[in-house]
Amino acid sequence: MKRVYVNEKWCLGCYLCEYYCAFAGMNEKDMARALKDVKINPKIKIEEHNGISFAVSCRHCHEPLCVKGCITGALIRTDGVVTINREKCVNCYTCILNCSYGAISPSDEGVVQKCELCIKTITGTPACVRGCPNGAIVFEER
Amino acid sequence: MAINFLHPYYEIVRNYEKCIICRACERQCINEAHIYIQDKLQMVCDDAKCVNCHRCVSLCPTRALKIVRNGNTYKENVNWNGRTIDEIYRQAESGGVLLSSMGNPENYPIYFDKILLNASQVTNPSIDPLREPMETKVFLGTKPTDIERDKNGYIKNNLPPQIALSMPVMFSAMSYGSISYNAHESLARAAEELGIFYNTGEGGLHEDFYRYGKNTIVQVASGRFGVHPQYLNSGVAIEIKMGQGAKPGIGGHLPGTKIIGDISRTRMVPEGSDAISPAPHHDIYSIEDLRQLVYSLKEATDYKKPVIVKIAAVHNVAAIASGIARSGADIIAIDGFRGGTGAAPTRIRDNVGIPIELALASVDTRLRNENIRNNISIVVGGSIRSSADVVKAIALGADCTYIATSALLALGCHLCRSCHTGKCNWGIATQVPELVKRLNPNIGYKRLVNLLNAWQHEIKEMMGGMGINSIESLKGNRLMLRGVGLNEKELEILGIKHAGE
Repeated sequence: MKRVYVNEKWCLGCYLCEYYCAFAGMNEKDMARALKDVKINPKIKIEEHNGISFAVSCRHCHEPLCVKGCITGALIRTDGVVTINREKCVNCYTCILNCSYGAISPSDEGVVQKCELCIKTITGTPACVRGCPNGAIVFEER
Repeated sequence: MAINFLHPYYEIVRNYEKCIICRACERQCINEAHIYIQDKLQMVCDDAKCVNCHRCVSLCPTRALKIVRNGNTYKENVNWNGRTIDEIYRQAESGGVLLSSMGNPENYPIYFDKILLNASQVTNPSIDPLREPMETKVFLGTKPTDIERDKNGYIKNNLPPQIALSMPVMFSAMSYGSISYNAHESLARAAEELGIFYNTGEGGLHEDFYRYGKNTIVQVASGRFGVHPQYLNSGVAIEIKMGQGAKPGIGGHLPGTKIIGDISRTRMVPEGSDAISPAPHHDIYSIEDLRQLVYSLKEATDYKKPVIVKIAAVHNVAAIASGIARSGADIIAIDGFRGGTGAAPTRIRDNVGIPIELALASVDTRLRNENIRNNISIVVGGSIRSSADVVKAIALGADCTYIATSALLALGCHLCRSCHTGKCNWGIATQVPELVKRLNPNIGYKRLVNLLNAWQHEIKEMMGGMGINSIESLKGNRLMLRGVGLNEKELEILGIKHAGE
């Protein structure tokens, strides 16, 4: 299955992936209008320290601890992609505590959010991968 | 504080309607032209720091940025224009030689743009390259003039060493040091995939790149940096650099600050010491001396590799080329006055040398007249900007062309001409690690391959239009060229007729 992988060697720390991620989740056509004066809360986040940077998003683990710990069954793994059912999520944050990558975060809508490989928003390659100017984020089979 | 006489050349225009304050511009500008004001949540610009490299413009996700020419102007004066005045101010301030990068940008004639190609109509058929075979392969090296036979009458193989290219374009010399590791890797990998060659320049060959040896031309220049037997034997050909189009008569100078780590090791220069290439080769003061170096290098490589002699196009280029053709060299590379550089004194770059089109035509004519054209292949560089320039150069008599500025443009260069600052925002002409990583060779080499594949298609189309199916039949075929807006003398030197003739 194709997943999003990051390569810190090529990450420039430009943070554009965060903005393309936020934009992809908004169902808007114009990025400037969508993100003007908006404080973004993306599902992919840049970690940066001492000149090293890389993007972190859901690894879509084979045995996802977030899914195991979910008390309502809101998190499920289908065809390898871990997705969230917003109707079922009760915001208990068990998944946030369970995820060893810090890839799940509270959303602005009262439930948790995580990378779903853009399957619900755009077709094809995820927005962060398309938006990365240096090929540091790739979408491939490994 | 003293008065600052210089006004910024460019103005960064930000469309605040579109700006989403993602700060990519701020993070990507090594010159710190973009500043984020934390308490006002606003982006501001310092125009004076902008070099117009377009890194921010290209990365801005909402296209909120553009760079325009600053409207500030001196009182109009054709003789004392703004640039001239500014340069006086700069020198009055610094007391130094003005430095510049890349090729001569001044308003001199561009002869390629005044030459038009022919096409077949009615009486001779044009060829469709998509349906019929079309050959762009070229071989560089001395061609034998006589057939030799052994005592039994069999033909002896007297062919001197040749190098074969899939198309008449190769990447010209750019040293590791003047450009980054990633830029070199991109060029090497592209050359390998395309079946052409790249050139180490005078910086030695990084140990990682010996595996691209089959696609490498190694250079020996006046500083002899990084030259050792393994280096000479690692490539397919050896180039002796006598001169460079951007700065004929001038040597090179890589500042000690860039001689660090791998570059120091590759150049075999102690860390922190300047790498100064002398203006002349101190052992070459005549064609006879040049011949000695040519044969030293051949001896060192067992006479298996052709030797290239690269010179800048200068006033006596035809006579010099005639000498080189008799020196034992296999290939002559001529670099025109538009050729690029990582750093050159501005006055030299903008005022020394001659156009490559005229140099090429006069060299080819001279070598033909002296019956020594087969002694040597001719490679020309110095602003080959498109496949049309390649075709025109071949028709004027070149065997092959060298490109470098075009290749760097493919890698992201925006010709901001600030290479000499060492702070290339595109990761090309820099050794700063966080800038070097901006050029991902996985992306870079593909862009180079794309560019030259596109050029190859175009070359075939143009050849097909002329009814020519092999690049060899185009070589020196000046009947395929016509000049427009050129005077008698120019046409005479170019050896072409005026359009309509």
